[in-house]
This record gives sequence, structure tokens and C-alpha cells, in this order.
Amino acid sequence: MTAVLQSRGLGKRYRQRWALSDCTLSLPAGHVVGLVGPNGAGKTTLLHLATGLLRPTTGTIEVLGGLPAASPAQLARVGFVAQDAPTYAGLSVADHLRQRTHLNPGWDADLAHDRIERLGLDPRQRAGKLSGGQRAQLALTLAIAKRPELLILDEPIASLDPLARREFLQSLMEFTAGHRVSVVMSSHLMADLERVCDYLILLVAGRVRVAAPVEELLGTHRLVTGVRCDPATWPADWQVISASHTDRQSTLLVRTSDPVHDPAWAVEQIGLEDLVLAYMSQAQAAAPGRTPALEVQR
Amino acid sequence: MVIEFHLDARSGVAPYLQIVQQVRQALRLGTLSVGDQLPTVKDVVAALAINPNTVLKAYRELEYEGLAAARPGVGTFVTATLSDGSLAAHGPLRRDLERWLAKARRAGLDDDSIEALYRDTFRAAAKEEAL
Repeated sequence: MTAVLQSRGLGKRYRQRWALSDCTLSLPAGHVVGLVGPNGAGKTTLLHLATGLLRPTTGTIEVLGGLPAASPAQLARVGFVAQDAPTYAGLSVADHLRQRTHLNPGWDADLAHDRIERLGLDPRQRAGKLSGGQRAQLALTLAIAKRPELLILDEPIASLDPLARREFLQSLMEFTAGHRVSVVMSSHLMADLERVCDYLILLVAGRVRVAAPVEELLGTHRLVTGVRCDPATWPADWQVISASHTDRQSTLLVRTSDPVHDPAWAVEQIGLEDLVLAYMSQAQAAAPGRTPALEVQR
Repeated sequence: MVIEFHLDARSGVAPYLQIVQQVRQALRLGTLSVGDQLPTVKDVVAALAINPNTVLKAYRELEYEGLAAARPGVGTFVTATLSDGSLAAHGPLRRDLERWLAKARRAGLDDDSIEALYRDTFRAAAKEEAL
């Protein structure tokens, strides 16, 4: 199966600063991919490269087997909701739908009208008068009624209240269940991503730190606690992501494919949010001087 | 819809497993019986805002356990039940337990000690049975 997004050595430089560097990814189809990372990590840059809004400085990127935005046909296969779900404030809901009918050859008018009706949106209402949640739902409707094969969402719910966030994710998941569509969604709301994503990419300071199915991540990471001892005695197959010590005790987050049987270590499962935070602090420790703000909100 | 699922994000139990457990529980209590259709994947994800693959995985697990079967294009249906003749015995057993709990409290045990004692006894008994 063709990867929905494939990049090799992808990089983007703005003047002197590399927003993204050496990004090599291959995202399989049929997933809901969560793209996480602190502010300024390169999430939006990566998504804009994938939609063709930006051109790479180095490397290559292919989306659904083609160059991003290379042709009208390619554009039609990708749905995109930009940050803060922009709409035309002066146009009505109905105007938005009409405009898209003309712009998109595969426009599914029934799906769009059905969704607007179920959301309880007044078609005559101007977009500028909608609530944040309604505007996000309108933007999502416009993106999914294109019937895309890939849906790219940049922080679609960051500014919404918890109820509107939940409703947005319900709509999104209902759509992915009913249609063959892959989703790439950036967010720093880990609690929301944990429910909907089955694949995770973590970007820190313009570099990919993690890119794997969520199940694999949860299955291979363990939080182990034991009496403090020389790191040389830790099992050789342990990849230690983070370690903290007291005088007597060590707590380690390890990545290992084998179960930990040694009774000297107490083993616990770790949640996705703690796992992501551990990788973020690891990256931060590796690059002192940079202190990316962690944004984990509930 | 026959039953509705709910998720506890803080329970530490994987979401798919929570769905499996809720189906098993419904089968044990007789809320679900053979022939009932489980909620469609679309219904579940629209209600819980979770990944469709999570529901599919839960239903595959139930199929593997022989509790449900998928009819392509229609849905997933219950094929076995977990409630047996024992359901009628639940009431008296519960009352026995309540009496025992009251006795334990009178003896000065707190919640944690009661739970620990129960778990310990349960494990020891299970081990003996297995021998």
C-alpha cells in the first residue's frame, strides 16, 4: 500500500533558522496520526510542506504517492484545515458550501448539507457570527465534503472549550469510521490525542523524536523502579529514555521489546502523555539552552 | 442500541479492553444475549470520540473469545452468553458478602486491609484449585 505521507531528509529553513531538519517519515494509510511537540517544534511547517503551501529547502516529500499540490487532481485528494479553522467572516454558511461546490470536482453536497443540518447551523448565518466550535465544525465540514483520502488538521481544537473539542472529535471519528480516510492532526492536547490517535509523531526542535503506532509505543515502554545501582548493570537491551534517582532508588523509563522479569525491578505501564513528556525532556536535555515550553493542557 | 459504552481515561486499562470488559459484563448480567447486535463502530466512535480501530480491535477480541461474530456489511452480533444458572445465586452470595464485610469492619479492618485480605485469600484459593 502506498504511504499517505513519505519524506526523506526533509528540511525547511527560514533565513538562518531550521524549522525542520532531516525529517524522514513513512506514514501507512488508514491511521489517525497525532503530531505533537512543543510550540515552535516544526509541526505547522511539516503540515504546510505536506499540503504544498511550503516548498522544502532540502529533501523530498510525497503525499499519497504524488508531489503536494502538484495538480488539481492531487489537491482534490487532500483536505486541509489550517490553524484556528479560518473561514470567511463575511460569507454565510451556505455561501461557503456554494463556493466549495465550484472549487471541488468531487464535492459531496449531500454530506455537507447533512452535516450542517445535524450540527444545527443556520445556513444564512455569517461565519463571523459563529462560535469557535461552530466555525471549527464548518471548516471540518468543508474539508471532509471534498471526500479526501487524506485529511490534514493543524491544531483544529486548541482554542475550543472542552465540549466543543469533544464534539469536534466525535464528528471527525464518525467520518473516519464511515470512509476510507487517513488523518494527520497536530495538537498539544495530549488527553484528546490519546483517545483518537493510533499513530504518533513527536517533533522537538525541528526533529522527529518518535514516529510509531501508539500500540507499539505503549507495548515497548516500561516504567521500572528499583534499588539504585550502577547503570552498567542495567540489562543491555534497555534503551533508557529517562532516569531519575534518589540516594537509594532509581526510576527509569525504558524501551525494550522483552518483558522485564528481574524481581529487582518493579515494572509499571506508562501512559502516552507521560511517555511523550519523557521524550520531550530527553530532547531538551540533549540540547541545553533551548527550553521549549511544554504545553500539556487538560 | 442495546448497550452503551463508556471510557475511563484514568483507569490505566487500554480503551479496547474497557469495551471488551463492558461487553463481558453485559453478557454476565444478561443485559446482552445471543443474537443481539453490538453498537456499530460508527455509533461507538461518534459517542466516545475514539479511534475506530480501537472498537474494531475490541470486537476482534470478542470474536476470538467466541462471544461475538461479524456479519460483513451488517454488524457484529453476540453469539454466546456468559450468564448461566449462577445469576440466581448472586443475591444470596452478595448478602453473605455484606455480612462478612460488616464483620470485618467490626474487627477493625479498614478498606485497604479488607481488599488485601480478600485478594490474598482469592489468590490462595485459586492456586489451590489449580493444583
